[in-house]
Formats: sequence, structure tokens, C-alpha cells
Amino acid sequence: MAPTTKEEVKVQKDRSMILQKEMIAGHFERLEKAPETGEKVVYTFVPGNLTELIRSFGALPLLPEINALQSGMRGKSKGYIAEAERNGHSEDVCTYVKCDIGMLRSGNIGPTGTRLPKPDLLLLSYTGCYTFMKWFELLREEYDCPTVFLHVPYQGDGTLLPEHRAYVVKQLRETIIPALEQVTGRPYDEDLLRENLARSAQAEDDLVAVLHSAKNRPSPIDSYFGGVYYVGPIFSAFRGTPEGVDYYRALRQEVEARVAAKQGPLTPVGRLDDQKYRLVVEGPPNWTSFREFWKMFAEEGAVVVASTYTKVGGTYDFGFRHDPSDPLGTLADYCGGCYTNHNLPGRIEMLERYVKEYEADGFIINSVKSCNSFSAGQLMILREVERRTGIPGGFVESDLVDPRYFSAANIKNRLESYLQMIEARRAGGATSSEALGRLA
Amino acid sequence: MNCFVGIDLGSTITKAVILDEAGEVLGRGITNSRSNYDLAAEVARTEAFVTARFGLLRKEVEKAAGGAMLDRLLRAFRTEQTLVQLDRLQHHIDAEVVSTVAGPLQQPVTEVIDEIFRRLRQEEEDWFAGRTEGTRSDFFRDHVGSGWARLSEELGPPVDVSFDLLLSLYDKCIIKVENEPLELGFQDHIDAALARIGDVEGVDAVRLGVERARDAELVEVATIGTGYGRARLPFAKEQIRSEILCHGLGAHRMFPNTRTVLDIGGQDTKAIQVDGRGIVTSFQMNDRCAAGCGRYLGYIADEMNIGLHELGPLAQRSSRRVKINSTCTVFAGAELRERLSLGEQREDILAGLHRAVILRAMSLLARSGGVDDEFTFTGGVARNPAAVAALEELVAENYGDRTLNISPSSIYTGALGAAIFAMRAAEEGRGVAGTGTRQEA
Repeated sequence: MAPTTKEEVKVQKDRSMILQKEMIAGHFERLEKAPETGEKVVYTFVPGNLTELIRSFGALPLLPEINALQSGMRGKSKGYIAEAERNGHSEDVCTYVKCDIGMLRSGNIGPTGTRLPKPDLLLLSYTGCYTFMKWFELLREEYDCPTVFLHVPYQGDGTLLPEHRAYVVKQLRETIIPALEQVTGRPYDEDLLRENLARSAQAEDDLVAVLHSAKNRPSPIDSYFGGVYYVGPIFSAFRGTPEGVDYYRALRQEVEARVAAKQGPLTPVGRLDDQKYRLVVEGPPNWTSFREFWKMFAEEGAVVVASTYTKVGGTYDFGFRHDPSDPLGTLADYCGGCYTNHNLPGRIEMLERYVKEYEADGFIINSVKSCNSFSAGQLMILREVERRTGIPGGFVESDLVDPRYFSAANIKNRLESYLQMIEARRAGGATSSEALGRLA
Repeated sequence: MNCFVGIDLGSTITKAVILDEAGEVLGRGITNSRSNYDLAAEVARTEAFVTARFGLLRKEVEKAAGGAMLDRLLRAFRTEQTLVQLDRLQHHIDAEVVSTVAGPLQQPVTEVIDEIFRRLRQEEEDWFAGRTEGTRSDFFRDHVGSGWARLSEELGPPVDVSFDLLLSLYDKCIIKVENEPLELGFQDHIDAALARIGDVEGVDAVRLGVERARDAELVEVATIGTGYGRARLPFAKEQIRSEILCHGLGAHRMFPNTRTVLDIGGQDTKAIQVDGRGIVTSFQMNDRCAAGCGRYLGYIADEMNIGLHELGPLAQRSSRRVKINSTCTVFAGAELRERLSLGEQREDILAGLHRAVILRAMSLLARSGGVDDEFTFTGGVARNPAAVAALEELVAENYGDRTLNISPSSIYTGALGAAIFAMRAAEEGRGVAGTGTRQEA
């Protein structure tokens, strides 16, 4: 590993990042005090999360995979995973799961250092990731609390049909809402839900403006490494909350100011104004070496202009907004539209659009070892996107939160080779169809 | 003459290639990689300039003096280089004995060491005189190391000097020799080499040629380096190109119709697709695990107590290949012993092992986009006939007829690509030279 210089130690942060940090800290403090304050806690996952509904019952959402990735970023996942493996979980199991289970077994101290409360309800909104179901089975064993399951049909044919939607709404009405009523002791209040949904839509507008800003040159944002911060509040506990609205307004202003000033985003090597490569990225990031991974891109002048991972909690940039006029129907649409619930052709189409609409020079897949849900079919995706766009794709491999699977030298080598390949093609004036004809 | 240098800092071996103004290969240098990367690159570069000047010399006087005379001169030169390194090794070992060996033991140890060095020098003289059979390693560490081990075993124990002590002295001090800058260039030893071959007939023509080769102005205009997995490379950032791109371009240069390249090196395997100009369009390589790379075969050879170069020919004697599932180097020894205990023949097991190595490569090839025509195989494993045979068979099965290219100098593929990049950078006027200096002979 390259020696760390003093300059790198002093991490620069945007104002929105500081704001977000405060929001998260406040949320975790509230969670820690929940057993005393009597606030109810609902564990749920990012894709297909029903935050507006949960909040309308005055309950607090807690997202185990966010805890896992935060533990990864804070260097704690290695120990947690080891703990889970000691308890019999195999090396090949999703490392988010093992990180969470290990954290639980190690005293359940959350990423910000506060103790996490037990769940009053496990609410599984199933949106394409089978592992989530098994994960909650394990948590149910631990906590012995009520568990509800919302089954969202997979977009096998690329769309959510009216009967799918009706099926989800029916479950919301007949299963999810009664469970929330029972746990919180409050009746369902649709007006409150509508208010939350209206706030969601407002924040979503701002988020989409931020995501679209990457069409500028230079791009004022990094839509993958920076993007995971941008989607943080809306993917987790803050969708539909006043703080969420404030955060996205502030973020949008910050980004628009950079557009006006023709500035790039802040990265681990400082502000990236000189952007040599515009990339699209598919797959989750590695969290244990997040900054190191980002630095590899930034050092080469590569900025990510669009990513699919930042759509796992909603594909707002393709037009979806939460609609207060149809509160349960809109939740059904939301759940069905999460990236994890898209089929392979849908994912290919999304990447193709990103490459073309954001005028990308290339696209990279970060294939995650322990996430079959994401990784299965990625090489097919790669070849097909290459064929459709005429741009060669790059492929690197790492993991979510298991540091053993981040081989820095290997990833750097692949990334640099890939970027030099783009450079060589530019210099050589390669016509994409000629170079890639064989791949068709 | 302007020249362009490419250096490939590999995990086990460092290679350098020099191109002349016409893009022809002027010299090649090779050395074992070591902890001091700057020095590894420097030694390979120096070696490449030595062979470049010998190449010039050959052009000048081959007709007049004959190839045999020049071969003898080169041999003399190598002997001079070896003797210098032996002196340095002895210097370090003597110092090590004084500082680490207990007083009463020092005298017997020193006596044994003196005798070992006397014999090693004699063996070097015998090699020069052509009295030694077989080939020897290109690397000082290896060819002196095997002699050291043999002589230590023979001379140490009879006088109660432990073999292990002698070996540990060597291990400590060879690293010092490898990591100190030594004078091993053309100018440093060519006069001694000339003196060594003596006043034989035709030597005057050689002398004249040597003067011309010595005076030839070789200006290193641009240098490009490549190498994988290093925390840092001893080149400036603008002088570095990816190993993948260098391999693609090098293979294209060796075989212009190349579309797919497979490189199996010591610790990594790469599958690369290139277009008609040698530009990489897609690639895949092994990730965290080096199973099935060259080192795996090296380990198997060690387990079987045979030389690496003997593995392939032995495997080719197989008539009934054993199916091997694991290419894990760590498990290889156990699997091998188990198969032997089950009564399998060594050649049949080896045939299976070679196929397993190639099967792993086939998976990478498939992931990179398949095997197109023509197909070029590079890296150390390309020198193994059983690996080549397994590859030919599997490629034919999966992709049909393909022309398979293997160059005898395939080990230099990456360095060659780097040298072409250096030449191009110079043509484009990009300042990647760093030196721009005239290379002293």
C-alpha cells in the first residue's frame, strides 16, 4: 500500500456530508434511547423500504445492511464476520449478513458507537434479494419478535403489471398495516402517510436534479463514490421526513453552485476538476477499502457519471416519484421499481442509457464475491452493453464488507489497464464496431 | 543512435528490451526480480545494453572473426561478471562470519568458506573453458546458489561446520549482493574478457569491433516501464504503462495477426483480446488467487524433486491422464502424494495437472471474449510442451481451428510492448525519457 501522506489524512468534506453525519448521529441516538422513550423500532431493508408508512406510525426504521456497510467503512466488519463464522456461517454467505450477525453477537453496538435497540417488528419487503429473507429468519430466531413479509413480484418481464400492483396493495392493507398497528398501538393514518409521501417526492426531485447534474462537463458529482452519500438519507431512515427535505435542498444547492463554477466533486485526492474519463459503474462498492478504491479512480482522473448501485433504493431518475394521491399504490410502484427487482434485460437497458445519456467513455462492473443477487449474469450484461454501445467494459472483483476480498494491487492493475485501454483506443481512433465486432 | 527501452518488472523475473530507431530489437536483458525494484530494473537495462553492444559487435565482425570466437568472448564476459559478484559475495560472507559466528568457530568456518569460494571460482573457469556439462541458470543467485549448497554439504559437516549455518550465511549475503549496485556493464568487463580469450587467431578483428561497439553512441531517448502488483514502480508515472497493454502490443509485434493473447506467468494469468493494431479491447485476469499459474508447476516440480523444465516432457509420456480437480498450490502437494499412493503413474498425474492449469486459463479466455484467430501464448508456461499440448487440445475442442503462436522470446513480450510504447511516446514528443542520456558502454 502506498504510504499515507499528511495531506490525505486531512479528509475534505462537503457541507452536505457534515449535515448527513449529524442526521445519522441523531437518528442513532434516538434509536439507542428507544427502549426508554417507548418509540417502536422496525427493522427493514433498503430496497423496497416503506419508510413513509413506518414513520406514519411514529416508529423508527433501522436498516441492517446500512449498519453492515457502515461497520465495513469503520473497519469493524472483519471482526464481526469472524464472529459470525465462528458461529457456523460459511465463508460464502453474504458478508452483510455475517457482519450484522457478528455485530449482534458482539454486543450490538452500532456504527456510530451507540447500542442498537431490539426490533419490535421485522418488516421484510421482498424485492429480488432472496438472502434478505434468510437474514430475517436468522434475526427472528435471535429476537423472537413479530415478522411480516411483503412479497413484491419480480419484474421478470420487465414491468410491474396492474395485478402485481393490486397484489402488493392488498398485502399492505391486509398484512403490513395491521402488523404496524398492533406493534405501535396506533391506527393507520392515511393523511399522515400522504404528508410523508409529499415530502418524499420533494426530496426525490432534488435528488434527481443532483444525479442529472453529472451530464455537465466537468461533472460536479461522482455518482458512485459520492453517489452513495447522496442517496444515503433517502435510501434509509429519512425519506418523507423534514430533515430529508432539508438535506436534499442543501445538497442540490451545493451541486448547482459547483455546476455554475464549473467545478468537479471532492474526492480523496481533492477536487476533481480535470476529468479524463467519464465512467458508468455497475454493482455495489467495496466498503472496507472505500476511500482507497475511490482514490484509484480519482488519481487517474476518472469520475463516475452514473451508477446502478445508487438505484437499489429507488429508480427516481427514470421518472418515478412517490405520489401522495395514491398512497398504497405508489408504495407498490416504488417497491417494484427498485434496481434489485429488475431483470437482466432491464439492467442492461439501464446501463446502456447511462452510457449514452451521460456520454460515458467507459463502464465498469465491480463484481461482488458474496452477492449472487448482483453478480449472477454480470459478464453477460457486460458483453451486451459493449455490443449496444460500442464501448468496451471493464471488470473488477471485490466484496461488500469482507476485507479479505479486496486485493488492492489486483484491482488497481485492472482499473489502470482498463483506463489505459480507453486512452489507447482514443489515440488510435478505434471505431468501436470494428474493435468489438467479434464480441457481437 | 537513438534507442527506446521497455522494462517489465515481473513477480519473479525482470526483463528489458531495447529498440533501435527502426524499431528493431537491439538488445534484451533479464534478471531475477528482487526487493530493490530500482536495481532490478537497472540490472535488466544494463544487461540489455550489454547484449545490444554484443549485437553490434556481431554485426561488425561476425564474418571476419566467426561466430565461435564471439560466443567465446561472450562466455568470457559472463565469467568476468560472475567473478566480480563472487568477490562481493565473499566480502559480505566474511563480514557476516566476523559479526555473527562465535569466536572459536570462526576459524573453521572461514576455512570452509575460503575453500568453497576457491572451488566456485574454479568451476567458473571450467565453465568458461567448456569443461562443464549442461546448461546453467542465467541468474547468479541460482547458479551460484546450487553450487554453494552442494559444496557446503560436502565440505562443512566433515569438519563440524554445520550445513545450515553455511546455507544461512549464503541466504543472508546473496540478498546484499543482489541489492547493491555492481559494475556489470560492457565497458566494465570487455577488456578483461578480451584478455581472457588471449592472442588467438582473428582476435585483432574482434578487438577492432569491440572498439566500435564500445564507441557506438546509444542514446536512451525514452523508457517505459510496466509491472504488476508493485506498491511502487521505479519509473515516473508518465513512464508507466499497464502490463496488459504492453503484453497485447508486444504479442501484436511478434505476430501481427494476433487477436487473442494468453499469458501465464509466475503469479498471474491474463487473457487479452487485441484489435488489428495491437490495441487491447478486452481482458480478464486471475484475481485474488494465483492457483494454476506458473508457480503451481514450480511447486509440483519441487515436490517431485525434478527440474521445472522436466515436468512437461514427463507429462507428455502419459497414456492415461488422471483427472485433477484442484489447482490450489497449497493443496497440490497433498493431492500429488495421495494420487501416488493410490498407484497412479507420475506422468499420468502430471498430465492431469497440466490440463487443470490450462482449464483455468480457458475460463479466463472465455470470460475475456473467447479465442480468436490468431492466438498467441506467452509467459514462462508457454515453454512447457505439455501445457501447450493441453491448450491446443482444449482450444480446438472449444473454438475450432486456431493458429497458435509461441515465440522463443515470449518472456520478453511485455518488455517489447513497453519499448514500442516508449518509441511512440518519443515520436509524439511526450517527455517520457527521463534520461535522454547517452548510455556509457
